[in-house]
Formats: sequence, C-alpha cells, structure tokens
Amino acid sequence: MAPQLSWYLALSAVLFTIGVVGVMIKRNVISMFMCIELMLNAVNLTFVAFSSFFRDVTGQLFVFIVMTVAAAEAAVGLGIIIAIFRSRESLDVDDASTLKL
Amino acid sequence: MLRYIIFAPLAGAAINWLIGRRVRNERFIGLVACGSVGISTVIGFYLAFKSNGALRSTQPVMDHLWTWIQVGDFRADFGLAMDRLSGIYVLFITFVGFLIHVFATGYMRGDTGYYRFFAYLNLFMFAMLTLILGDNFLLMFVGWEGVGLCSYLLIGYYLDKEEAAPAAKKAFVANRVGDWGFVMGILLLFWMTSGAGAPSISFFDKPGLTSALATVAHMAPESFALHMLWYGGITSIAILLFIGATGKSAQIPLYVWLPDAMAGPTPVSALIHAATMVTAGVYMLARCSAIFTRAPMAMFIVAIIGAATALFAATIGLAQNDIKKVLAYSTISQLGYMFLACGVGAFTAAIFHVMTHAFFKAQLFLGSGSVIHGMHHEQDMRRMGNLRKYMPITWLTMCCGWLAICGVPIWAGFFSKDEILWKVWVAGPFSIPAGAAKALWFVGIVTALLTAIYMTRLMVMTFWGKERFNSGHDAHGESHADDHHTVTPHESPWSMTIPLIVLAVLSTVGGLVGVPYAISSLAGGHPENYFEEVLAPAISTVPATQAAAGEPTKLHWQSPPPQEVDGKPAVAPVGEAPGAANSHETPNPQELNEERLLALVSVLIALSGIGIGWVMFQRKPLRAMPRLLENKYYVDEIYDATIIQPIEAGSREGLWKIIDVGAIDGILVHGPGEIVKRLARTLRYMQIGFVRGYAAIILAGALIIIGYFAYNGAHVLRFLVR
Repeated sequence: MAPQLSWYLALSAVLFTIGVVGVMIKRNVISMFMCIELMLNAVNLTFVAFSSFFRDVTGQLFVFIVMTVAAAEAAVGLGIIIAIFRSRESLDVDDASTLKL
Repeated sequence: MLRYIIFAPLAGAAINWLIGRRVRNERFIGLVACGSVGISTVIGFYLAFKSNGALRSTQPVMDHLWTWIQVGDFRADFGLAMDRLSGIYVLFITFVGFLIHVFATGYMRGDTGYYRFFAYLNLFMFAMLTLILGDNFLLMFVGWEGVGLCSYLLIGYYLDKEEAAPAAKKAFVANRVGDWGFVMGILLLFWMTSGAGAPSISFFDKPGLTSALATVAHMAPESFALHMLWYGGITSIAILLFIGATGKSAQIPLYVWLPDAMAGPTPVSALIHAATMVTAGVYMLARCSAIFTRAPMAMFIVAIIGAATALFAATIGLAQNDIKKVLAYSTISQLGYMFLACGVGAFTAAIFHVMTHAFFKAQLFLGSGSVIHGMHHEQDMRRMGNLRKYMPITWLTMCCGWLAICGVPIWAGFFSKDEILWKVWVAGPFSIPAGAAKALWFVGIVTALLTAIYMTRLMVMTFWGKERFNSGHDAHGESHADDHHTVTPHESPWSMTIPLIVLAVLSTVGGLVGVPYAISSLAGGHPENYFEEVLAPAISTVPATQAAAGEPTKLHWQSPPPQEVDGKPAVAPVGEAPGAANSHETPNPQELNEERLLALVSVLIALSGIGIGWVMFQRKPLRAMPRLLENKYYVDEIYDATIIQPIEAGSREGLWKIIDVGAIDGILVHGPGEIVKRLARTLRYMQIGFVRGYAAIILAGALIIIGYFAYNGAHVLRFLVR
C-alpha cells in the first residue's frame, strides 16, 4: 500500500503537538528551543507532503524559507540563551520572568 | 454726526487709558476727559436745536453705522437715533456729565488712579449715550450693560477701601437679576412681533425694518387682570422690562445696591448713581410707552412699586447719618416718583422729573462732594455743623438744590413733582382702579413731606448749628481721631464751585421749561407746558377709553413727515389718536382750579416739611432716630437670610457636594478612569512575564481561530481568499 497524504499529515500533526506540549511543559530553555524546531519541521513536513500531492513546487520553496528562518532564529535564540544564562546562572525560563536583569 | 456723540467719550477713555497712564499729568488727563465730553455736549446741543434737529422735528435724527446682527428674521443694527425723548436725555446727560467731569478734576486731585478714574468716567459716558441713542433694544442693552460695568468699576474704584469691593459686587449682581428680566422681555417682544408678521426689535421704522413699538401699538390693549402677567403677551413683556428697570433704577426689590454704591468717589455718585444711569430705567419705560400703555396690569404694578419705593426709601433717608447715604436714599425715593408717574401713564412728567432731578441731585451730590472734600474726607454729618461759615459757595448752591428737591415754588423740583402728583391724582380708570389713584397720590404727598424733612435735616446738620468736627468725644470712628482735632474746613477750588453754581442755577430755573398751564395761566405767560409739548410726540399715550382700543394710538415715527405750516415746521403730533389726552385740549376751568389747589397743597406740604425739619433738628441735630429706620428696615439682613444664605447653602450642600463632587467628579470624571483601571487590573495578568504563559496564550488564540474556521466550514476561508 503506497503511503497516503493523510499519513504524512498525521505524522506532522503528532510531531507538532509534541512540540507544542514540549514548549508548554518544559522549563529548560534549550528543550523549549528544540521543541520549537520540532514544530517548524512538522510544518515543513506538511509543506513537502502537499507539494508532492499537488505536484506543485511552491510548497518546497516554503520549506527552504522556513529552514533559513529557523537557522537565523537558532543563531539569535542561542545568543539570547547565552545572555540569559550569563546574567541569571540558570536555564530555567521561569527565572526570567521580569524584564529587569 | 450722531456717532461722534458716543465715540468722542470712547476716544477720551482710550487716550486716558493708553497715554494718560504713562503721562500721569493731571492737567492733560483732565483736559482729555472734559474735552471729549465737551465735544459730545456741543454736538448734542447742535443736533437737538438745529433747524430740523431732534427737538424741532417729528422725525428722529438717524445715524446708521452698520448692520450688526442679521440672522434669519432677526436684525439688530448698530444704529443711532435721536428723537425728542433721547434728545432731551442727551442734552442733560452730556451737559450735567460735562459739569461733573469738571468738578471731578478738582475733587480727584492728587489721587493715584487719576487716569483710571477719568478713563472709566469717559467710558461710562460712551455707554450711557449708547444706551440712550441706540435705535433698537439690543444696542440699548449693550449700553445698559456698559453702564453697569462702568458703575461696577467706579464703585470699586478705591482699591484700598474695604467696603468698596463688596459694594461693587453687590451692584453688579443686583443688576444681573434685573438684566435677566430685560433680556427675556426683548426675546418675548421679538417672538411676539414675529407672530404679528413683522419681526423686529427696533424702536424706529428703518428701510426694510418695521418698528417693534409700532407693531405693538397696533395691538389692542390687554385686559386688566393678574393672570395677564404670565400670559406671554404685552403685559408679560412689560413686566419683564420693568424687572430690568427695577435693577438699573434701584426700585423695590432690587434697590439695595444703590446705597452701598456710595462707596465710590462722590462725582461718580453724582453722575452715575443720581443723575444719569439710574434714570435709564425711566428712559426705557418711556421709550416702551407703546408697550406699557397696552398693558394696564403692568402699569398698575409699576405705579405701586414706584409709590412704595418712594415712601420706603424716604423713611430710611430720615435716619441716615452719612451725608451720601441720605442722598442715595433720596435718589431711590425720587426714582420711585418717576416710576409712579410712568405707572399712571404720565411719561412726560416722569421724564421732566428725570431732568430736574438730574440738575438738583447732581447739585446736591456735588455739594456733598465739596463738603467731603472740604472736611478732608469726612462723610458723617454728626461731625459737621456750621459749615456755612467756612464754605459759603457750597452752602448757597446747596440751598438751591435743597429748595428744589423739597418742591418750593420757582425751584425746578416743584414743577416736576407737582406735575407727577397732579397726574397721579387724575389717573384714569384705564390702568389704575378707582380709589387707588387717590391712595397713590396720598403716598406721594407723604413722601414729599418726608423728603422735605430729611433734606432739611441734612442741611441743618451740615451747615447750621454748632461746629462738631473738632469735638473729639464721638462714640465711633476712632480711626479718624488723629486728624480729627486739626480739621479746618475750607472752600473748594474753582473747578469744583463753578459746576456747583451752574447746577444751582439750573436747579433754580430748570423747571421753568415745564410750567403747567394751570400755573402759567395765572401769570398770563406761556400758554402751554412747553416741555410736555416737545415730548408728547415721542410718547405713546394711554388709550383714553377701552372703546378707543380698536383704533390704537399712532406713534410719531409712523407719521408722515412734518408739514410746513406758514413756513414754520409743524411740531404738533400729526397722528395723535382722537380722545387721547394731550396738552392741546381746551382746559377745563374746574380741573384747572383743582390742579392749582393741589399745587397749593404740595407747596404747603413742602414748607411744613421744611418747618418740621427745622424745628426738629435745629436745636438737636443729633436727635436719635428710630433704630428700625437707621438699620434700613433690616432689608439687607432679610435678603441675606432669605435669599443669599439659602443660595449659598444650596450651592454648597447641593450643587457642590452632590452635583459637583458626586455626579460630575464621581461619575463623569472618575467614572471612565475607574473603568479603565479595573479593566487594566484584569488584563495585566496577561503580562505575567512567564514565557510559557505567553506561549499558552498564543496557542489559545491559534486554537480559537482554527476552531472558528473548522466550525463555520471552509466557505468562510474561501470568501477571504477570493
């Protein structure tokens, strides 16, 4: 049985949900960061699946854009994480609940 | 040409205010002030007496400057008009005003606010002349407010005098009450003339504008009934206008400001609070004679208020010790006479009395100013006495004013007061119920007696008897004790005595222009009352009977232009209604005898008043007067308890604590703030600071949006995409 579109979508949904739940329950900044990456890639998977299904290349273009953005975001995000760690000696997001340092 | 009469004093005021305050040269300031009024006087006399001038033609001299307000049917011009009524007013206002300005240059010498005083005084002349010459109600109201403002400024002129500021405030507030009535009267009149198809507030016919007074004159008189007062017709207009007059002319119940107004400088008291401004109410009533003669109920009330005020103020005047207070109550009392005359329809007699009163009351006030000046600002008559030795000119001139106000024959007051009393005696059944006329006459004659007594008291206390100014054992006024022992009264300078002399002459002979036929016929002189004859065309007379109501009296400004009779301009009123009383009727010998008899009675009353006063006060000038009178019937206290205190309490407890603090502050001001504050207190939990909280909110938002589209189906989305 050839793989159906719905399989990809279901997998993507599962990955996305795991990402969401991870962001919600994890306190460690790096774990949250990885969960966000997971969500982005779940979306990428749907793009690719639809692209293949509709025989349209646009979806794959979007994947590249998302990957670029994700790379930039990773750079900025990691920079922020390091800054937070330096000031607070902690990677727990709940410790960074005020705007003040 | 007419415009220069009002703008000359305005220019004088501006020059004194802008330049005089820098120059601070008393000679310059006095010259500007007197000169500007002098210009008005000369122009006023020229326009009144030139060959087709205001007093010699039936057509008013008009000067239309510009159309001031034009909204829909409403039109008010900045236009001036001088007819016979305003002509007479202009003559005595400018002339007496000029004399008082001259007097003031001497009286105010050395005062730090010299320029300010004369700027205000000139501004007053401008406002007063605008009031008189304005050719419609609204412009008249501008002058009316202007004189009120100047009166306020001049009462409060002495900035360091403790009682001056409250007195000024009192005058202003009391006048505002009256102004309410005036404005409402004007509005109602406009509404009524609109209903009659000729919307107007003008006094005269002009191109494209009908006279409001002529419109009213064509209406039938209203019935003599109390409910007509609030019916909204002519009677209501008349009574509202009269409320305005009670404020300006100090009648019951709004007279209380005038005695306090004596806190101002004495020339101001003479000019504003005796000779000119306070007679504006009489002018307004005479101007609106067409309205009043069609409102018998209003006329009756005017007569009653006038008589009551005359008697009431005269009794208070008996017991005052301040020389200016006596004259102030005397002024109120004399104004009461004028209103009494208006109330019985004798508008010409009222105006005649206004004129003679302007002469002798200005004289008396200036005389008192001279006394005060000579006594180094002492106003209490208990500290005067025997001043005739020191101030002979003041004494002699004041004697003329005294005899005039008492009503001794030949002197001016006799003719005008006698005229009023006679007109009251014969007042027709139109506005005065049978019997009431005699009662009003009786009040008038009692007032005349009291007038003679209190004026004699004033003269005796001031000019006769022992010198009391150097005896230092007085019960009061310790603050004066220092300069008290060194007082030597002195006669005033020429700038003050010359106006006194001129006014004394006018007080003596000024009444001769209005000698009634009953008296002049005895001497075989001029056959008619010249004053009345001149004024008659400007006054709408009382319809003689109710039957004449169908054919209303025509007013002179609707009349055709005067016809030339034998080369002389006809001065006789052309459109006088048949049956309306005028001076051209053949005199009835029986009536003439009655009038002579009444004149004799009033002469006897005047002489006996002087006699009583002399006997009572010559020996004991400090005779104790009844406390009730000395305290002015406690009217100020009663007003304070019944009106001022409740208003204050209501304002404080109700308007301030409930309306302002509760409703305005509590709901309208703090209400929106409170709503925002509460909302913010709730919403700020969104900004909790925990990253995962924000994530949860984003998730919730996403779920809501997705849920919305999932629930409503994809067609919503399709609509958006398209």
